[in-house]
Amino acid sequence: MPKIKLSEKTISQIKEICAQFDNQEGELINVLHQVQSKLGYLPAEVQEVIAKELNMSVAKVYGVVTFYSFFTMLPQGEHPISICMGTACYVRGAEQVLSEFKRQLNIEVGETSPDGKFSLSSLRCVGACGLAPVVTVGEKVYGRVSPQQVGKIIAEYQEGCPSEAQSA
Amino acid sequence: MINLTIDKKPLVVKKGTTILEAASSIGIDIPTLCHMNLHDMNIENNPGGCRVCVVEVKGRRNLAPACCTEVAEGMEISSHSIRAINARRTVVELILSDHPADCLVCAKSGNCDLQDLAHHLGIREIHYQGEQSHYREDTSPAIIREMDKCILCRRCETMCNQVQTVGVLSTINRGFHCVVSPAFEMNLDHSSCTYCGQCVAVCPTGALTEVDETGAVIRALSDPTKTVIVQTAPAVRAALGEEFGMEAGTLVTGKMAAALRRLGFDYVFDTDFAADLTIMEEGTELLGRLNKYLAGDQEVKLPILTSCCPAWVKFFEHQFPDLKDIPSTARSPQQMFGAIAKTYFADKMKVKREDLVVVSIMPCVAKKYESSRDEFAVNGNPDVDHALTTRELAQLINLANIDFKALPNEEFDQPMGESTGASVIFGTTGGVIEAAVRTAYEVQTGKTLERLDFEELRGMEGLRKATIDFDGLPINIGIAHGLGNARKLLEEIKAGKSEFHAIEIMSCPGGCIGGGGQPYHHGDVEVLKKRQKAIYAEDKSKTIRKSHENPYIKKLYDEFLGEPLSEKAHHLLHTEYFDRS
Repeated sequence: MPKIKLSEKTISQIKEICAQFDNQEGELINVLHQVQSKLGYLPAEVQEVIAKELNMSVAKVYGVVTFYSFFTMLPQGEHPISICMGTACYVRGAEQVLSEFKRQLNIEVGETSPDGKFSLSSLRCVGACGLAPVVTVGEKVYGRVSPQQVGKIIAEYQEGCPSEAQSA
Repeated sequence: MINLTIDKKPLVVKKGTTILEAASSIGIDIPTLCHMNLHDMNIENNPGGCRVCVVEVKGRRNLAPACCTEVAEGMEISSHSIRAINARRTVVELILSDHPADCLVCAKSGNCDLQDLAHHLGIREIHYQGEQSHYREDTSPAIIREMDKCILCRRCETMCNQVQTVGVLSTINRGFHCVVSPAFEMNLDHSSCTYCGQCVAVCPTGALTEVDETGAVIRALSDPTKTVIVQTAPAVRAALGEEFGMEAGTLVTGKMAAALRRLGFDYVFDTDFAADLTIMEEGTELLGRLNKYLAGDQEVKLPILTSCCPAWVKFFEHQFPDLKDIPSTARSPQQMFGAIAKTYFADKMKVKREDLVVVSIMPCVAKKYESSRDEFAVNGNPDVDHALTTRELAQLINLANIDFKALPNEEFDQPMGESTGASVIFGTTGGVIEAAVRTAYEVQTGKTLERLDFEELRGMEGLRKATIDFDGLPINIGIAHGLGNARKLLEEIKAGKSEFHAIEIMSCPGGCIGGGGQPYHHGDVEVLKKRQKAIYAEDKSKTIRKSHENPYIKKLYDEFLGEPLSEKAHHLLHTEYFDRS
């Protein structure tokens, strides 16, 4: 993994977030959430700063980051697309939906499209099993998605103005 | 108090007792795998993860893990109902289904808790065949990680994080891809691992083992152009016998010397000799700093910290680099021995440096790393060529068809085999500082010590302190074993709150007797206590018990070094530390 150098500003942002949670080791997950939402991802250098601030080992931080599929160490696209592969979504055809996203965007799970617009990930259960199969794009949740709808969802974001997404 | 029955036997135990402890108190030995409890040392690994210890509790829907289920009033427990036995066997079969079946050639064969368990449960077939997890092997100068053999018991994590506070190992990833690893899956030699080897000491399988150097030693021994000499660390003699079925705490000093001679070493020497030398150097350094301090020098660094333990040295280089001027600059006995052997002794014997091979037998895996440090080599030729663990020596003895128990007691060779009681106790927590006190007292006061046994410095508590009266001058001494305890003392020093003049630190719980290279204790703390007793018994049996009275040490200074801290001594016996943060 290429080394990146964090700017002073980024470091102080991370420190601020840690301080909001009183630099408590037990708040690690909350800290990671906040930092990822600010920076988009959690590269090694960021984890090192968090470990230091929360006075815990960086191995433990890395352990948590790699445990939860929500956390990512790779930069995400502008619109991160996640397909739920939990049991309910899976049996209702999530795999076909995922294949369709892969085909149309021409990327694999964990990759970002060359224009930086979309990244693709699969996750385990977003807690909306009643809507299975579920796809999330950024904060927006799409329920009962069929492979036929995939093109429409992607198109929503290609114009650069996801009008529906904002109202949802 | 809680009333219950286990296997129909009624018993009364304290509230908070686990089913496992309750059963053990009436002689029922429920099998465990991930669980480990080093009583008296506050070391416990209790994740309840492996499910091998499940028992049936009447009225409870599911089986209960005995290691982490507390007893409750009226419980009726069956430790070997057919349901419990079947579950236990299924659990072990499932673990084995994702475990390489290379027991015949595994480094841990014969010492593996998983192998023992499969034997104990009579597993003859693995009914589950499926994918196996694979992970690259990671080799460092001291420790090998073979994660294919890891059963995720988390014992290593407990040692690395809670006990040693080194924080290198953590479980990462999820589900089938779960593996114990340093951060970002870096190799151990890129991490801040101290190579203390406590992870190796508690690993139930062959996932964590030491780097095997026995082959290299056999090759050296069979090379007629080489003179091969060996040194043995103090703690080895108190534990080696265990590898041959002898009771823990049996001293095998004489048999060990005999075995080494039969293995073909040209000279059988003792690291204890170098331990005496360490006391001369470190003790002189301590008194030098102390007297400067007493004379009002505000610049002087106190407390002085011992520097014999390579894992401890690496620990402060990573974690407290700003304190690197505080430890003594004295090299460890292993390295002092190597430096003297490849100069003084080589000259005496008229052997070229390149033709002299120095092997050390250590209770430690970090010694392998220490001997590979650049500063301990001359033109690429290391002062110590190979550092074997106690376990590796046992393996060599077996290979050479030596009936260890039947060996006579033999003496070490001279000049580097002579040692005092002070050097023997280097092998246990409290021993280095007691040895230093015996010499420093007499040098400082000019008086003869009336008693040599400083009981106040001995024991097994993780942190201890004592004040020794140097003829009217009170000297405050701190002792820590286990790096987590060491960290507490270092934080105090950093905060300017330390009350000590001198501090002894050993990385492993119990000191070197509990080293990562010793025969596996399999979670039994009594083994360490017996080894400690043996060490003090050997000290008592010695005629000379103060380092500065070792006649060969005196001779070494007269003939070669001059005096402690001389220029030559500085060059050969002292070192520097590096910021590795």
